[in-house]
Amino acid sequence: MFQRVLAWFDDRLPITATWERHLSKYPAPIGQNFWYLAGVLLVVVLVIQLISGIWLLMNYEPTAEGAFASIQYIMRDVDGGWIIRYMHTTGASAFFLLIYLHMFRGILYGSYQKPRELLWILGWLTYFILVVEGFTGYVLPWGQMSFWAAQVIFSLVGAIPVVGEDLLTWIRGDYLISGITLNRLFAFHVVVLPLALIAVVAVHILALHEVGSNNPEGIDIKKFKDEDGVPLDSVPFFPYDVLKDLVAIVFFLILFCIVIFFFPDGGGYVIEYVNYEPANNLKTPEHIVPAWYYTPFYAMLRAITFSIGPFTAKFLGLVVFGAAIVILALYPWLDKSPVKSIRYKGIYSKIGLAVFVISFFVLGYLGSVTSSPLRTLLAQIFTFTYFAYFLLMPFYTKYEKCKPVPDRIIIK
Amino acid sequence: MKKFLLIFAIFFSFPIFSAGAGCGTLLSDDGLQEGVCEHVEIDANNKASLQRGAKLYMNYCFACHSLKYGRYKRVADDLEIPYDIFEKNLMFGEAKIGDLMEISMQEKDSKAWFGAPPPDLTLEVSLHGADWVYSYLKSFYTDEARPLGVNNKVYENVGMPNVLLDLQGEQRSVCKQVPMYAENGGLKQDPLTGEILTQEKCGFLEVVPGTGLLSPEEFDQSMVDLTNFLAYMSDPIKEKREYIGKYVILYLLILLVLSYLLYREFKKDVH
Repeated sequence: MFQRVLAWFDDRLPITATWERHLSKYPAPIGQNFWYLAGVLLVVVLVIQLISGIWLLMNYEPTAEGAFASIQYIMRDVDGGWIIRYMHTTGASAFFLLIYLHMFRGILYGSYQKPRELLWILGWLTYFILVVEGFTGYVLPWGQMSFWAAQVIFSLVGAIPVVGEDLLTWIRGDYLISGITLNRLFAFHVVVLPLALIAVVAVHILALHEVGSNNPEGIDIKKFKDEDGVPLDSVPFFPYDVLKDLVAIVFFLILFCIVIFFFPDGGGYVIEYVNYEPANNLKTPEHIVPAWYYTPFYAMLRAITFSIGPFTAKFLGLVVFGAAIVILALYPWLDKSPVKSIRYKGIYSKIGLAVFVISFFVLGYLGSVTSSPLRTLLAQIFTFTYFAYFLLMPFYTKYEKCKPVPDRIIIK
Repeated sequence: MKKFLLIFAIFFSFPIFSAGAGCGTLLSDDGLQEGVCEHVEIDANNKASLQRGAKLYMNYCFACHSLKYGRYKRVADDLEIPYDIFEKNLMFGEAKIGDLMEISMQEKDSKAWFGAPPPDLTLEVSLHGADWVYSYLKSFYTDEARPLGVNNKVYENVGMPNVLLDLQGEQRSVCKQVPMYAENGGLKQDPLTGEILTQEKCGFLEVVPGTGLLSPEEFDQSMVDLTNFLAYMSDPIKEKREYIGKYVILYLLILLVLSYLLYREFKKDVH
């Protein structure tokens, strides 16, 4: 009976074929380590954000007058509202933490190299949408930090030469950050960007299943196949990888729930303390600090303290800020190495990667503290090393000596 | 797996900073530290302390500072105060038990009277931290240069009168002789007599004895209660949240063991 119903559907919709292609027969390389778990956890977090977001939406009021109070209404008067909101706030930080881990995995094992260039670009696009989604969502509670973060970010647009001021008024919808601005950010946060995010993530997974997953060795498993055309160094995604992912998901949920139930503010990283005060356009907070996941880029923005010709320091800061994010998309073309994985790359690639990681962390710290002349100098140095890592990559990856890559994956 | 745990340990060992900013020019008792808040233990389970704090708040603070994100009924329920006693003693005017805890003073009036409307305090502890609130409450002192005759060590040039004056008594900013310290951290002594050298340091807070209704110890305890109550108002779900949280984590730990065993069983197939 079930077989006949399924056959009826299969003739009209590729249900079995889709199931087999993407789950039951999808060949997952053996030897994938824990870095490969961030991807599935990102899907989990995306679902958490979508569901908790819908429930928040039922009681949130997108007006300058009512937004702040409606958050407290959710926290106090809505049954279970606090858990929904903490899921969403903790989910936002988890999203960024995991996407950074996921991207770093790609960088470590060269998961952007041919034929995965488009896969990398789609992933980068996810990150880019997430950056904007995070910013728009951050403004919605309409606390002090929401308001002043919006003030700082929008004012960057005003730094664009010639058209800046008019463009600023146009996208802000008002002559200052107001309820009108809040409304449009709300529309983007709950409709436009989530739709884009879901679409891009879906295409990202489709592209992944087309080219196949990479592995820590950077070995192409499709070179050696059995008589059915299944790569020898692979296992079916279901049940082997699904069960591994299940363990990871439960482990992740434990950490996630520890934050939700015991440290919902995350020491001021998940929810900033300053945001417990309603937005007040007459009172500037002592330090305007972005959420932790933007701090490296914020540090680069602030590092530019000099103007060049007609371009103001603020505009150049904006350019550097944008370039620092866009340059991540160019990995597939900057890396000229014949091998994928860092395990087989030469010493210069390893040094470069270390420089990149150190620069990113130091900038992340500098972006979260107040600036001083010394800190600005440090930010300038590490902004330089950040870009040097990328811009020198075509040279050092081309001429360094790499180790030979084995043909097959060997599990020790 | 080991590497995996290590990475997570690194990510979650980021320093958890305590809430809020520094405490202005508040001096510690020995005069060595400035601007460090006095620590207060918050206990969400101590209902008696919360009840005393609520009583103090409604009598001394609520005339000017609303708690407008909270409701009377919730406070009565959580603090285990019967509705009739609550309505008779802790509610004023036309308020109903299900109402938000708003005040009758209009913001435009209070702005004209004080320069800025007194802030709502529902989220004050979340905003500044309990230690800051506790230190602030204890740091009012007489300062004739100010329009209302008082100033505050934690919040310089505060626009608020000292409403706790009758409880605490008059507190003054005084100077004291404090021991001098050498560069190596030891006490400086007179090389001839061996006496410890002292210097004058100003800014210590001292209550004029006999001017307050409460003894210093009773006043401190009252401010602990008041801070405890405000901490409860900031995060009323804390007690329940942590209670549920333990069971959630326990459930997930059991699930982790089961899912790991399942994974291990299937992993045997792969060579």
